[in-house]
Amino acid sequence: MPDTSPFIRLPDAQCDSLCLAGDWTLANYAELRSLIADLPGDAVKQARIDLSDIAHIDTAGAQLICDMLGVDRLQQVLSGDTGLNRERQTLLARIATTCPPGPDPEQAAANPLVEMLERIGVSMGQHWAHVIELLGFIGLTLSGLFSSLFRPRSWRPTAIAVQIEQTGLNAVPIVALLTFMVGAVIAFLGATVLQTFGASIYTVDLVAFSFLREFGVLLTAILMAGRTASAFTAQIGSMKSNEEIDAIRALGLNPLELLVLPRVIALLITLPALTFIAMLSGLLGGAMVCAFSLDISPVMFLNLLHDDVGVQHFLLGMAKAPVFAFLVAIIGCLEGFKVSGSAESVGEHTTSSVVQCIFVVILVDALAALFYMEMGW
Amino acid sequence: MVNTTVAKPIVEVRGLVNRFGKQTVHDNLDLDIMPREVLGVVGGSGTGKSVLLRSIVGLRRPNAGSVKVFGQDLQTLSEEQRSLQERRFGVLFQSGALFSSLTVAENIALPLVEHIGLSRRDADHLARMKVLLTGLPAEAADKYPSMLSGGMVKRAALARALALDPDILFLDEPTAGLDPIGAAAFDQLIRTLCDALGLSVFLVTHDLDTLYAICDRVAVLSQKRVLIADTLERVAQTDDTWVQDYFHGPRGRAAAYQHLAAEE
Repeated sequence: MPDTSPFIRLPDAQCDSLCLAGDWTLANYAELRSLIADLPGDAVKQARIDLSDIAHIDTAGAQLICDMLGVDRLQQVLSGDTGLNRERQTLLARIATTCPPGPDPEQAAANPLVEMLERIGVSMGQHWAHVIELLGFIGLTLSGLFSSLFRPRSWRPTAIAVQIEQTGLNAVPIVALLTFMVGAVIAFLGATVLQTFGASIYTVDLVAFSFLREFGVLLTAILMAGRTASAFTAQIGSMKSNEEIDAIRALGLNPLELLVLPRVIALLITLPALTFIAMLSGLLGGAMVCAFSLDISPVMFLNLLHDDVGVQHFLLGMAKAPVFAFLVAIIGCLEGFKVSGSAESVGEHTTSSVVQCIFVVILVDALAALFYMEMGW
Repeated sequence: MVNTTVAKPIVEVRGLVNRFGKQTVHDNLDLDIMPREVLGVVGGSGTGKSVLLRSIVGLRRPNAGSVKVFGQDLQTLSEEQRSLQERRFGVLFQSGALFSSLTVAENIALPLVEHIGLSRRDADHLARMKVLLTGLPAEAADKYPSMLSGGMVKRAALARALALDPDILFLDEPTAGLDPIGAAAFDQLIRTLCDALGLSVFLVTHDLDTLYAICDRVAVLSQKRVLIADTLERVAQTDDTWVQDYFHGPRGRAAAYQHLAAEE
């Protein structure tokens, strides 16, 4: 009931004006707002307005008064004798000049089907642009690699060494542990399935083929995508949002040479090395399971490995490593350069870089498997 | 304008010590902030102006000494009480520190929604008023911080600092990086808001024009403590080499001259 409220008193027999009283502050905002909404429409237009009983007022309260009276009426009231002190007068006058029109009406929701189609269209367009961008960046990096190849002065051994340590050496434990466990799991799987055919001895071949040709390099590349590509994106991305990339350009230096090439070269060295470790450790896991649950001693395991599995499988697996390394490094760096300003953008591009890397690595691996099969390797 | 003899200070810093490793930034520092005054804090680079600000608003736990705000020591309060006190602060960080993933209006509306529990619509309406109040154009409200110029970022950050109608406003170099016209307008804006809202302002600055234009008192940080905190005239007469260089160097003289000319 507006009549009894402590904030607004409507004109009555004793008082001919609309009196505002109490604390017109942010704490009472919601209550005041609903009171104002309940006011009869003509109340503010006709009556005299008395502001002198207001105990406290802040910008929120001032804005409510402004909303209630309208800018013109408020200015009219302020021009007369209000009984307010100078500060409140200033505050109200200031608000009156800056009061925005009432809250915006809520926008009608668009048709969800149209919205969905629009989003599909937009994301298709973005994907296409993205592929072009990636190809462009690959070209740029390759040309940068070749041009710096013949200029030993532009080599950056320190930066490369640091990157090798971060992306390679520090990743050895996790890569070794993970592939060891996957090797053991595959051996168990082989043991269970092959036992039915009385061919559990072929568990050795299963572990060896899968690790040398596929899993060693694939697991390493996926780990690198999660561990290194994200780091590249976040590093370059925060440099970008901090205007450091612009500073590099302004100093007449080439961000590609300074930031991308050391990372690409480092990963080209470390990913094959880690792949080798992954293969060994996977075989070790398989050998352990064979020794404990299949009674195939490590010596026998090695003999079988030597007799059944040709070195070409090792080479076929290793051949993929540099390709994966290049793709992971390139995507990580490119996403970093695409970061714009905000912290949210860094997170967005880091996610995108990991997802893309894993996708591309698996795609290329599938294509390679097809190719190897067709070639009869 | 300010009656410093009767009123009780709203911020009392006593015996403040701040150390970073072996380096002591503040040693036994005392400072008061009075209600409704604009206190300018000056000092050379590295004298710990920003550290002092961070200690007062409770972002940094001092190594020793006490900071009482509204008569209470923030460090001894419970989490909830502390949050209540902190709502009475508005802080403008040196680089704005606007949330880059929110629009300007959302930045300002955030504390209103979180602390006061306003509906999004009301908060947005209030936020738009604050945007206009700080002299930004209305369409800036829907922009992201990365789309704003340096001066606009400062204004938007001021609008966010004012969101909860604070009792004290902490400003860390508000006019740094603004053009002289923008800086002068910003000074005026602070003075008007301070008068209209009855704010106290703790103003860290290097800008002599700002000191002359809007500060009631000036505190000089030097030799790890507050060397003097008094009206500008008295501070300028202090017999200290740094103060003399600061206020009577070429830039100080120019600012003083301008100020005198403007008064006449």
